[in-house]
Amino acid sequence: MLRAAKRFSMYAFLAVAAFVSIFPFLWIIVSSTNPSVDVTRGKLLPGSHFMANLRNLLDSVDILNALKNSLAVSVSTTLLALLIASLAGYGFEIYRSKAKDMVFNVLLLSMMLPFAALMVPLYRMFGRITNLLPLIGIDTLAAVVLPTMTTAFLIFFFRQSTKMFPKELLEAGRIDGLSELGMFFRVYVPTMKTTYAAAAIITFMSSWNNYMWPLIVLQTPQKQTVPLLISTLGSSYSPDYGLIMLAIVISTLPTAIVFFVMQKHFVAGMIGSVK
Amino acid sequence: MRASGPALRLRWKTSIVGWSFVIVAVLMIAWFYFYPMIQAFILSLQTGTGSNLTYHGLGNYRRLFTDSMFLTAVKNTLIYLVVQVPIMVLLALVLSVVLNDRNLKWKGFFRTAIFLPCITSLVAYSVIFKYLFAGDGLVNLMLLHLHLISEPIPWITDPFWAKVTIIIAITWRWTGYNMIFYLSGIQNIEPTIYEAAKIDGASAVTQFFRITIPLLKPIILFTSITSTIGTLQLFDEVMNITQGGPGNASSTISQYIYNLSFKYSANFGYAATVSYSIVVMIILLSIIQFKVAGDRDA
Repeated sequence: MLRAAKRFSMYAFLAVAAFVSIFPFLWIIVSSTNPSVDVTRGKLLPGSHFMANLRNLLDSVDILNALKNSLAVSVSTTLLALLIASLAGYGFEIYRSKAKDMVFNVLLLSMMLPFAALMVPLYRMFGRITNLLPLIGIDTLAAVVLPTMTTAFLIFFFRQSTKMFPKELLEAGRIDGLSELGMFFRVYVPTMKTTYAAAAIITFMSSWNNYMWPLIVLQTPQKQTVPLLISTLGSSYSPDYGLIMLAIVISTLPTAIVFFVMQKHFVAGMIGSVK
Repeated sequence: MRASGPALRLRWKTSIVGWSFVIVAVLMIAWFYFYPMIQAFILSLQTGTGSNLTYHGLGNYRRLFTDSMFLTAVKNTLIYLVVQVPIMVLLALVLSVVLNDRNLKWKGFFRTAIFLPCITSLVAYSVIFKYLFAGDGLVNLMLLHLHLISEPIPWITDPFWAKVTIIIAITWRWTGYNMIFYLSGIQNIEPTIYEAAKIDGASAVTQFFRITIPLLKPIILFTSITSTIGTLQLFDEVMNITQGGPGNASSTISQYIYNLSFKYSANFGYAATVSYSIVVMIILLSIIQFKVAGDRDA
């Protein structure tokens, strides 16, 4: 009897937690098919206004351009971040020395520096180089990528994972006459696929969702990324709720797809980062 | 000496190869983290609007203690920290213990569902919460309908409720994220420890406080520190849900830095000073958390 009650309260607790977690998703999906009035009225059933919302959205804001900008930023950030951080993580672990360990520890300190503290000097730095190098100055997508693509966290993540990498493979590669860089690309990268997958997911998601730095450094509407667009829509005085909900659904789709396709790596990646 | 010549040269060579692997990352971190921090320190000693800056000594730092907007932002940030982080950590711990039950059905579904909030961007979920918790929003409609309240709660327009809304929002977004870390930790705990405890007659609650929490301490410490750093930098949610309002009732330090630099007439010097206050707080709180965790070891 007591056991059954315990079982029941366990399931009830989980059911409530799961419902609260999922409900906002259901709400935005349902609302994206309803006209604005129905959303304000609290209608929780799907309607037939989806195409109309889509047409209004495409007419009123350039969401395709924002998606293109976000994709450009996220993909290039992810590729560069993976290359730089894995080279460094590999270097710190395989060519270990006292001096390098010291440098590594100093790099880790950068994790303590909040972005809020860096944004003012970073903004001024990019402001100064805008005249000199307009291609990476204020209001360019490159300026979004540059300061965010190298994180001590990712270097740390690759170094930790390299500890599990079988070093005998490097000996074999050396005997086969591979160069040091050749061994990295021909031996290390293919063996560490799951580590790269996890790192890619983490980096892509945080880059896709980045808000503060793009908000500061991007100024013209043509350069807007998706979070900036959503934020602008969300702060309008006479919001069209159906349209906004649809925009949010679209903005969440890429990360949702990445999550459901690569769920295993995703969880493994997050956990790997603590071990 | 002569014998060590070639060996020395070889060591030089490997050393250069090793450094060339890490050099790009080291330069990038130096350029985009450490150099700006030095710049921020120099800036924090200056005052003026825009790029007309003059040396001000420690004047900015003195101003912090009499600046009511700054003090309110610090107070709000600390309220978020002290209330939200423990609630979330405890909730995530309980969820992970329940989800680890061997006889539980639909484990995968529950885990995925509770983790799902993490895939939303901070901006997107903030906008969703802003609408859900609006005066005439769905949350009030539902509560009224269920007769749990007799009039709508001013979630966003009241100084107290605005903070509650922000806390609910952050808890929704991050509990599942923390839960994943605890789940992985719990799976590494030997099941025999629990079995022995059960034989000794320890209740589930005793097991939770005497076995699970002590053994998960390193992970709890890790997540508390990352949550603390995250909360001290709270920005996206406040910007998009309450815009710091009503008045300054829900503003945070990050938002104040943003306003000082990009909204009011730009005072980069003072903004940099406020930035340093976050760095100092992060370092202090991390030390405290390490100390607290360390003491319980004994």
